[in-house]
Amino acid sequence: MSGKKAFLEGRIKVPYKWYAGETGSRFLSALRDGCELWGTRCPGCGRVYVPAAKNCWECFRPADEWVQVSDTGTVESFTIARRPDEMFGLAPPVVYGLIRLGGAGGSLLHIIGGVNPDDVRVGMQVKAVYAEKRSGRILDIKYFAPLGE
Amino acid sequence: MKMEEVAVVGAGQTVFGFDRKETFEELVFEAATAALSDAGGSIGDIDNIVTVSNDFWDGRTISSMSVMSAAGSWNKDISTVEGDGMFGAVYGMMRTLSGSFDATLVVAHVKGSEGRMNLITNGMFDPIYQRPLGIDATISAALQARCYMERTGAGEEDFARVSVKNHGNGLRNPHAHLGMEITIDDVMRSRKISDPLKLYDCSPVSDGAAAIVLSNRRGLKRFRQKPAWIRGAAYCSDSYTLGYRDLADPRALRAAAQKAYRMAGIANPLKELDAAEVYDAYSYMELMWYEGLGLAAEGKGAELLRSGATETGGELPVNPSGGTLSAHPVLVAGLVRLIEAVLQVRGDAGRRQVPGAKRALAHGINGPCGQCHAVMIVEA
Ligand SMILES: [Zn+2]
Repeated sequence: MSGKKAFLEGRIKVPYKWYAGETGSRFLSALRDGCELWGTRCPGCGRVYVPAAKNCWECFRPADEWVQVSDTGTVESFTIARRPDEMFGLAPPVVYGLIRLGGAGGSLLHIIGGVNPDDVRVGMQVKAVYAEKRSGRILDIKYFAPLGE
Repeated sequence: MKMEEVAVVGAGQTVFGFDRKETFEELVFEAATAALSDAGGSIGDIDNIVTVSNDFWDGRTISSMSVMSAAGSWNKDISTVEGDGMFGAVYGMMRTLSGSFDATLVVAHVKGSEGRMNLITNGMFDPIYQRPLGIDATISAALQARCYMERTGAGEEDFARVSVKNHGNGLRNPHAHLGMEITIDDVMRSRKISDPLKLYDCSPVSDGAAAIVLSNRRGLKRFRQKPAWIRGAAYCSDSYTLGYRDLADPRALRAAAQKAYRMAGIANPLKELDAAEVYDAYSYMELMWYEGLGLAAEGKGAELLRSGATETGGELPVNPSGGTLSAHPVLVAGLVRLIEAVLQVRGDAGRRQVPGAKRALAHGINGPCGQCHAVMIVEA
């Protein structure tokens, strides 16, 4: 008795509604309503978290001072993803970057656009380009584009 | 702190590959019975079981429940680790040391071929700020690789050299998925995946399972295999959020390694270890882990590799098994690192044996870009 391998093709689809928290909601609202980027400063280490975080995990205490950060920053690392998963509907190649915004204590993961991928460099200055229709999501920033000369 | 005595007395692993013909329960049974037979014992000699599984990879919630029987857990105490198998080994070690159990079976499995790696690993990131961007394990690793290049001046050819070494070693390992004789040029010319990472810088997605039997001194009389004593064990974790962790600084690994070395009485790991198995999910990682493990000075990972010290026949062969680059059953791979270290110190590593190896290191990682590290030192 022999036979072909039998497979069952399936997919798990479960709707979720992830809450951003009070701090995250305020961050996302400022992004949606005013194209503003806000962070929270930890009074312990002085680090500014962007996106805003309610607590500083290094100091294990609340990071409760709100500060606005610049939407311009420096590319600390980047990669040109040749084939991100098709489920995200992105047009490859997609450039991802870790972007250190002015005034932030770490970097923000986002997409770098409006540039030939081969021209992206570490140290490059980039600025947020906002989506026209914003709904309080991280993709209200469409991408970060190089600062014009 | 000196360790209470606990040893690995049995080890079993399946052949790793893509599209194995067994189901994951059958792979668990194969690895568990192989480990028991290697130990010279049977399931009746086991007091408790630790399984390692991940619901996303299995496509089933509480998938740990589905492998209980295959792990021989009927009428036994069983608990689960959701993470790399090395952390399963750490947990199994703790249970054995607790005094409640004398012998512990640890099993890990994955059928990577059944899911979609990019989507599954996308699922490990924050759903609000990072996941919608489409990031996955490889994309985040590429960001880390670039950070490492910026900090150390290591280049893509240095990464390629890791790939050449480990895929070459994999040819001597009958369990490996992807042993290959390749050149630096082959790696450099392989398809770009996520710059600076190319196809041969990335580990394959493999199917398979692995298991170990742990015993304290009291339990030893149940088994016939010569024990590989765990002389040091530690783990440490770094920040979860990419962007708020220095990706080029493996400080969590440094902390874990130093603790394990202190327990094992190791002052100079490069000289005092005979073999090391590290978690090279991507080529560049091996160089970073050299630094984190204190085998190379900061920024000198590539230099250590170029010196030949970590090649077969070098001062400290690293990944003589071919490493994770030659077979990457996610979740299982860390436990395989430990099994390979055990085989080395027992002198049972076949064609990949480091002659005369007495003391070996095993390393596992968890979380994006090696957020969490576990290190174990075993001795014959
Ligand atoms: Zn702080």
